[in-house]
Amino acid sequence: MEPGTIRLLYFAWLRERAGRGAEEVALPEGIATVAALVAWLRGRDERLDAAFANPRLVRVAVNQEFAGPQAPIHAGDEVAFFPPVTGG
Amino acid sequence: MARVRVQAEAFDLAAEVAALTAGRTDIGGIGCFVGTVRDTAGGRPIASMTLEHYPGMTERALAAIAAEAERRWNLLGCTVIHRHGRLVPGEDIVLVLAAASHRAAALDATGFLIDWLKTRAPFWKKEEFTGGEAHWVDAREEDEAAASRWE
Repeated sequence: MEPGTIRLLYFAWLRERAGRGAEEVALPEGIATVAALVAWLRGRDERLDAAFANPRLVRVAVNQEFAGPQAPIHAGDEVAFFPPVTGG
Repeated sequence: MARVRVQAEAFDLAAEVAALTAGRTDIGGIGCFVGTVRDTAGGRPIASMTLEHYPGMTERALAAIAAEAERRWNLLGCTVIHRHGRLVPGEDIVLVLAAASHRAAALDATGFLIDWLKTRAPFWKKEEFTGGEAHWVDAREEDEAAASRWE
């Protein structure tokens, strides 16, 4: 991973709506929390905006641990977005 | 130490029980849950169920859930196997085994493991109906309620 970047992962219908499963992006200046990252992602393109349209249905993991909206984001992190889980 | 696996292949229940109990004489009971693919969803026949997961986080989440069960019920052994990929009705999805000195711990730990797995392990089910239409399964509030009784 390039310095200063974060790895983004999308699963299930979030992956389909976002039109991508994984990407690396440069962590934008001033983006320090999950909530700020989601707001920034929604502004990137229409598909991402649609994927995050209902925040109640989006779960987040930072470095493979569940995380809330105020969880901090740092360069080098792996941030995953997905619907509520339905295994078992 | 729990045995946790995420795999596409089917599992063999008898072989897993044998592996759990090999060389042991201290186990008094083994709780078992096998989840399988039902042939209908909301009254409509389904052709398949496809399970997507988050490689890496899935194994970590299952190991954490299993470790919690081992701690709470002093388990003598524990196995969690979850399949991914495309499965057809009648196929097995998930196996939970919990071995303990006495039945109450084995049965309670089994219930805990499957309830927590359903709400904490990153798997998602997509059902394909026989007509070809497909949809992602919604999370159920009953599953949250079942998991919360172990809080």
